[in-house]
Amino acid sequence: MTASLTHLQRLEAESIHILREVVAETEKPVMLYSIGKDSAVMLHLARKAFYPSPPPFPLLHVDTTWKFKAMYDLRDRAAREAGMELLVYQNPEAREKGINPFDHGSLHTDMWKTEGLKQALDLHGFDAAFGGARRDEEKSRAKERIFSFRSANHRWDPKNQRPELWRLYNARKAKGESIRVFPISNWTELDIWQYIHLENIEIVPLYFAAPRPTVERDGLILMVDDDRFRLKPGEVPVERSVRFRTLGCYPLTGAVESEATTLPEVIQEMLLTTTSERQGRAIDHDQAASMEKKKQEGYF
Amino acid sequence: MANPSSYEADALIAEDIDAYLERHQHKSLLRFITCGSVDDGKSTLIGRLLYDSKMIFEDQLAALEADSKRVGTQGQNIDFALLVDGLAAEREQGITIDVAYRFFATDRRKFIVADTPGHEQYTRNMVTGASTADLAVILVDARKGVLTQTRRHSYLCHLLGIRNIVLAVNKMDLVDYDQHVFDRIRLAYSAFAQSIGITHFTPIPISGFVGDNITAKSDKTPWYDGAPLMELLETVEIDAEADRAKAFRLPVQWVNRPNLDFRGFSGLIAGGTVKPGDAVRILPSGKTSTVARVVTFDGDLEQGVAGQSVTLTLADEVDCSRGDVIAAAGDPPQAADQFEATIVWMADEEMLPGRSYWLKLGTQTVTANVQQPKYQVNVNTMEHTAAKTLELNAIGVANLSTDRPLVFEAYDAGANASPNRDLGGFILIDKFTNATVAAGMIHFSLRRAQNVHWQATDITREARAGAMRQKPAVLWFTGLSGAGKSTIANLVEKKLARMNRHTFLLDGDNVRHGLNRDLGFTDADRVENIRRVGEVAKLMTDAGLIVITAFISPFRAEREMVRQMLPAGEFIEVFVNTTLAEAEKRDVKGLYAKARSGQLKNFTGIDSPYEAPDDAEIRIDTTELTPDEAADRIVDYLLDR
Repeated sequence: MTASLTHLQRLEAESIHILREVVAETEKPVMLYSIGKDSAVMLHLARKAFYPSPPPFPLLHVDTTWKFKAMYDLRDRAAREAGMELLVYQNPEAREKGINPFDHGSLHTDMWKTEGLKQALDLHGFDAAFGGARRDEEKSRAKERIFSFRSANHRWDPKNQRPELWRLYNARKAKGESIRVFPISNWTELDIWQYIHLENIEIVPLYFAAPRPTVERDGLILMVDDDRFRLKPGEVPVERSVRFRTLGCYPLTGAVESEATTLPEVIQEMLLTTTSERQGRAIDHDQAASMEKKKQEGYF
Repeated sequence: MANPSSYEADALIAEDIDAYLERHQHKSLLRFITCGSVDDGKSTLIGRLLYDSKMIFEDQLAALEADSKRVGTQGQNIDFALLVDGLAAEREQGITIDVAYRFFATDRRKFIVADTPGHEQYTRNMVTGASTADLAVILVDARKGVLTQTRRHSYLCHLLGIRNIVLAVNKMDLVDYDQHVFDRIRLAYSAFAQSIGITHFTPIPISGFVGDNITAKSDKTPWYDGAPLMELLETVEIDAEADRAKAFRLPVQWVNRPNLDFRGFSGLIAGGTVKPGDAVRILPSGKTSTVARVVTFDGDLEQGVAGQSVTLTLADEVDCSRGDVIAAAGDPPQAADQFEATIVWMADEEMLPGRSYWLKLGTQTVTANVQQPKYQVNVNTMEHTAAKTLELNAIGVANLSTDRPLVFEAYDAGANASPNRDLGGFILIDKFTNATVAAGMIHFSLRRAQNVHWQATDITREARAGAMRQKPAVLWFTGLSGAGKSTIANLVEKKLARMNRHTFLLDGDNVRHGLNRDLGFTDADRVENIRRVGEVAKLMTDAGLIVITAFISPFRAEREMVRQMLPAGEFIEVFVNTTLAEAEKRDVKGLYAKARSGQLKNFTGIDSPYEAPDDAEIRIDTTELTPDEAADRIVDYLLDR
C-alpha cells in the first residue's frame, strides 16, 4: 500500500476532477490566464488533467496594456509550451479613451478588466470560464461556489447560489448564461507556493527579489516599469531590492522590500510575514466589501 | 486575550526552510464542519482556530480590532466571529446565511472548515457543508445544554454519514469550568445520539473565546482527561483513507483520445485501488477487460488509489464513455432504475411527485421521477410524518425511478465504513430553471426494478401502424380553460375519421371521471394527471393510433415529459391561444366565475399559473381563426408530416 495522499495530492486531484467536469459538461470553455502564480498553477493542473491530450480549450488574457513587461514575456511562452491557443483581448473603448490607472482610478479596473472580460466572453461565446481565485484570498470569496453561475449579463447573485454537495457540480444553464469555475478554490497561498516549488512551475521573475526602480506612494512601493509611469514633481525612482506577492497592473501593484531570490526564500518570507496577500493591491481598499460589489458586477 | 506567543512562527522556518518545506509536504487533509446556532459561538471557535494556528495576519487583525469596536458583540475584546462572517448582508444582520469555507494548517494537517448556518431555514446549507466532511464539531452552549438545534444538526451530520462527531461543550468559562455541567450535557447528548444511531462521539469541554482545550489542554479543566480539540482534529481517520479498503470504482468523466493510438478513461478513483493487470468490469454494460496502464502527467503509476485523478487504458477495445463506471470485475456495483432514497429538498418551489428532474450521480445524468414521499422526517423531533410533497429544507424518504439504469451503491456503508459519497449521493436539477433543487442518498434499489423486465413482443408498433396505414401521433392540445381545445379537438377527430384514420380523443374532463378520479387540482396532482395521460397516449400510439388530447396541461415540464416519452416527431403540441380576458368572457362552464369568487381553488390563470409553450408545433389564435379553420390547419399539418 502506498503512503497516504498528501494535502497537495488531494488538492491536485480535486482540481483535476473539476477541470474535467467542465470540459465534459459545457460547450465552449476557456481558461482565464492572468500570468500570476495562481494562473501558473491552474495552467499546470490543466496540462495534468488532460494528459496526454493538450488542454481542450484556449487561454484568454484580458489585457489592460498596463501589466509588467515580464508578464507579457512569460505569457506567450507558457501558452506555447502547453500546446494551447492564446487569445488576448483589450477593450477597444478603454483603449480609445486612453483609460489608465493614473487618471481614472477604479474606472481603470472597471473598463479594462470587468468590461473587457465581459466583452471577450461575449465575443467568443464562451459558456464556461476557469478563474484562479482562491477562497482564502478574501472574505466574499470564501463563500463563492466552485461553479459560480452568471446571468446573461454576467452578474453574480450571492444570495442565490446553487448548493454544491459532494463532488457533484451542476453545470446546466440556459442559453446566454455562463459559469465561472474556480478549480483552485480550496488552495491557500502557502499551498500554491509549495506546489510551484514541488512541481518546478515557471513563474514570472517579479516574484523574486531583484534591484528594481521604484517610488513610494501612499504606503505602496510601486515599480517604474516603463516610461508611461508619471512621476510627481520631485519624485525620483529609487533602486530597491523588491519582489511582488501578487501581480496586476504595474502602477497599481505594491512591491515588498525583500532579499528573497529563490522560491524557498520567498516561502520563508511569506511564512514569517505579518500582512496578508491582497494588501498589496489598491483595488480592495476602495470601500468596505468592495470585492463583493465588484464580483456582483462581473469582476472575476 | 491576544496571546502574543501565538504569533511566534515555527523556528524551523527561519533556520532551515528546505527542511520545513519537506516536512510540510507530507501533511494530510481533513475536512470538517462546525455546527451550532449563532449563539453557541461557532464563528468564534473558527476564528480562534485560525488565530491559534497563525492564520490571521497583522492587517487582518488590525481590521478585526477596528470592526470589533464598531459592530462587535464582545465590547473592547476581539470578536473572532467577524473574521468568519463573509458577506456584507451577513455582517449587518449578525448571522451566517451561507456556507463559508475556511483554511488553516498545523504541522500535521491542513484543514478545510465548512462554517454553516444554524437556523432551521438553512438546513440545505448545513447539508451542503456536511456532504464533504470527515468530522463534525457540534457546539453546545454550556449554559443552555442540548437544544433542538443540537439534535437537528446531529441528525443531519449522521444522515450525511459523518462518522466522527465531536460534542464541543463551549463557553465553559461562563459556568466556572464546572464538571457537573459538562457531565450533565454529555449524558443528555449520549441518550439522544444513541436514539438516532450515532454509536460514538467525543465530548470536549472548551472555551472558544478564551481558548481552553483548543490547541492545548486547559489547566482550568483538570477533571477532563481527553485530548484538546486540535489534537483530535490532527489524528482522526480521514474518509479518503478508509475509501481505499473498498472495492475499486472509477466513474468515467471523460474519454481521453489525443490520437488513434491512445484511448484513456479519465476519472477520480472513488474507491479501492487499481494496478495494471487488474480485471475490471464496465458498468452498466457488464463488459470485462484488463487494466493496461494507470496514466498520469507525471508518468504511469504502479498503483492508483482512492482520491486520485487518473487516466486508465484497457487491454481491449471495449465500449466505455462518460457516465460508465469501471469497477473491480469480481465485486462490481449494481445497476438499477428504481430506488428508495432520502431526499433533502433545497428549492423554494416544492417537489412535485411525478415531475421529471435531471438526476446527477457521479458522472451519470439521467431523467428521474420522484414518487410521493413515504414519509417526511421532522428534523426537530425525528418523528416521521405523512407528506404529499417536500418543501424547502424538508427531508423525506421516497421511491424514485430513472429512465435508464443507474450504476450506484448504497450511500450508507455501515457504521464502521466511510459513506459511498460518489456512487450513493445524487442531486436533482430542475429541467427548466436548471437550479439544484434537491440532494439525495440512495438506500437500496427496489426489487421490482430487478424483477420486472421489459417484455419484447413480436408484433412491433411499426407493424401495427402499418396495418392501419398511418403514422401514429399525439396531437397534444394545451391552453386555458375555455380556449376552445375540446371544440377544435372534436372537429379534428371528425375530419380524420372521414378520411378513415384511426383516432382516439382523450378528453381532460372524461379522464378525470375514471382513470384519474383519485386526483385533485393541486400542482402535484396536475403533474400526476398529465403523467398518466402521457402513458396512456403512448400505449395508444404503440397500438398505431392517432391520439388527440385536450388538457389544460399548464406546466411546460410535464408537456416536455410526454414529448420525451414518445419517439421523435410523434408529439405535436397544439397551443390554443386566447387571452385570459377572452376565456373568462366566454366562461362556458361558469368556472371562471367560481374561481373569481373563491369557490374554486387552484384554477389555471386565476390562482395557478399557465406556462405558455415557446415553440409549439402548431399555434392557433382563436381570435383569428374559426374552430373549423383551426381544425383544417391541424389536419393539414398532420397529413403533411
